[in-house]
Amino acid sequence: MMINVTNLTIARGGIKLLEGVSFTLAAGKALVLRGPNGIGKTTLLRTIAGLQNPVSGQIEADRESMVYAGHADGIKPTLSVIENLKFWAQVFGNKDISKALDAFEIAPLVHQPAGELSAGQKRRLGLARLLVTGRPLWILDEPTVSLDAAAVGMFADAVRAHLEQGGAALIATHIDLGLDGVDQLDVAPYRAKAPEPGDFDEAFI
Amino acid sequence: MIALLQRDMRLAMRAGGGFGLGLSFFLIVVVLVPFGVGPQSALLGKIAPGILWLGALLACLLSLDRIFALDWEDGSLDLLATAPLPMEAIVSVKALAHWLTTGLPLILAAPLFGLLLNLPEAGYKPLILSLILGTPALSVIGTFGAALTVSLKRGGLLLSLLVLPLYVPTLIFGAEMARRGIAGQVATTPMLMLAGITCGVIALMPFASAAVLRVNLR
Amino acid sequence: MSLNSLWEYANPRKFIQTTDMVLPWVTVLAVGVLVTGLIWGFFFTPADYRQGATVKIIYIHVPGALMAINIWLMMLVTSLVWIVRRHHVSAMAARAAAPVGMVMTLIALITGAIWGQPMWGTWWAWDPRLTSFLILFLFYIGYMALWSAIENDDTAADLTSILCLVGSVFALLSRYAVNFWNQGLHQGASMSLDKEEHVADVFYYPLLVCIAGFVLLFISLVLLRTRTEIRARRMRVLLARARMG
Repeated sequence: MMINVTNLTIARGGIKLLEGVSFTLAAGKALVLRGPNGIGKTTLLRTIAGLQNPVSGQIEADRESMVYAGHADGIKPTLSVIENLKFWAQVFGNKDISKALDAFEIAPLVHQPAGELSAGQKRRLGLARLLVTGRPLWILDEPTVSLDAAAVGMFADAVRAHLEQGGAALIATHIDLGLDGVDQLDVAPYRAKAPEPGDFDEAFI
Repeated sequence: MIALLQRDMRLAMRAGGGFGLGLSFFLIVVVLVPFGVGPQSALLGKIAPGILWLGALLACLLSLDRIFALDWEDGSLDLLATAPLPMEAIVSVKALAHWLTTGLPLILAAPLFGLLLNLPEAGYKPLILSLILGTPALSVIGTFGAALTVSLKRGGLLLSLLVLPLYVPTLIFGAEMARRGIAGQVATTPMLMLAGITCGVIALMPFASAAVLRVNLR
Repeated sequence: MSLNSLWEYANPRKFIQTTDMVLPWVTVLAVGVLVTGLIWGFFFTPADYRQGATVKIIYIHVPGALMAINIWLMMLVTSLVWIVRRHHVSAMAARAAAPVGMVMTLIALITGAIWGQPMWGTWWAWDPRLTSFLILFLFYIGYMALWSAIENDDTAADLTSILCLVGSVFALLSRYAVNFWNQGLHQGASMSLDKEEHVADVFYYPLLVCIAGFVLLFISLVLLRTRTEIRARRMRVLLARARMG
């Protein structure tokens, strides 16, 4: 089992967004989070990735097994594609980046400055970073934004290969990736209710 | 960690401003001072250590908001925070990169600028030594300020407001050390204090910087 | 009323209820003590044989200076309480105290200048004490600026608390650095309490009353401002909830 989330409550800017979220994700599985914009999917993923603290509830997972990819790709425009990728590989203690180059077909671009890439190419580079980290649990926030159909296919293949190798993925997305045996979790039912009177934050009311 | 340092150095050089900008600013400060106080060599020689220290400090300040701002905007900071590096190591490496790109060039240029300001001959050694001992503290303290204001859209002015009072002890002991050296007095006390401050902030400040950075990433 | 734990008052609602009762009394007391002390000091003490009537400014200068430092210490304590126990009222009290502390520092600086002019013939000297207070003033400004720059209340509380902690260390360092930089020229420790033997009883008692008045005034102002903070925060929570629907 990769991650076990129990009764998680998350907040952004002091306002509770989701309450009582529970799920488990086993190795070799992917879980797709769904829900309308602004409901708190990004906050949920950031909380799970350890970037912010939950209000309550448990996240049982190995911090060292996760890699997070958010809306921004963390790409330096003045560095070349290969320098960007090599940097992240080194940070995560890996050397081999060829697999990542192949998976997202960015080998022809390697010596271009990343600033000259198109939005879709940048996104592919950002996703290629996941492969060079060598970490089993992917936490992805809208990974397919600005990708064309072919690139979405590449991404789906990469996820499939990753799952086959015993990895897992937690993905917030609106599109259908065409993956088999993927669990879906609609977070809308967990939307935080109006707080009970007497609750600590409510002491302000 | 080495990878992060390499990347930051490379970025500083590619962006073109890394080494050049702080240094040019330092030069401008040094050039403007004689216009402000008059061209008398004796007077300039007397205030030279103070001017050089102030110039170094301001040049340092100028480049502080670049430490985290770009990494914040493009999401690198989020990704680094989830990477296997502890936050304390990240801020230390950032401070080191800032010192290498700002503090070190200033130290190297200081003798030349001392010449412009008619710095007495006895002053070069203590001045350079005081800068070597003191500028790392400026970078480390500045990193704390940069981490504090990283989430603010226009944090530049606030950053200066927060960091400058924190620079007071470093500036006092640094400039005092150089002044005493010129006057031929024993400068051991300010030197030890300066070294103490630098060691202290290098050891302790990363924890504060990492803490505020984590708060800002939330 | 049993006082089970001090932390009970960390609950905003409890705090408001308690201060509802306490605040008017403290305010009345503060004004009473302050007026008594100042009138006693200004009109019923003899002029100093050396300094003349100018000496009477100590009744504002000394309490102001004491409060300037002690308010920062109080902010340090409340910041620590926030970091360790995360009581919102504590962080708000620190925020509420900062402008009061800044004004006290300003009072100390300005009355010092007014006093210094006839005594030393200059409005300002880079004396260690004056310089330290100027630096303290800068710390207050930075602290307040950081508070007002950050929108999220909890984030602002966290960041300013850490700034207060780090700032305290550097303020102390600056104090020693400044002392080292310019070993005091003259300057009247003669007027402060640590050398009370220099101050005749006839000046000393009204001075104590004034200090008590300043402390009470500070307590009253901080309670009032903390209440304002709590209500402002309540308003923001309500607005945020209204936006959420």
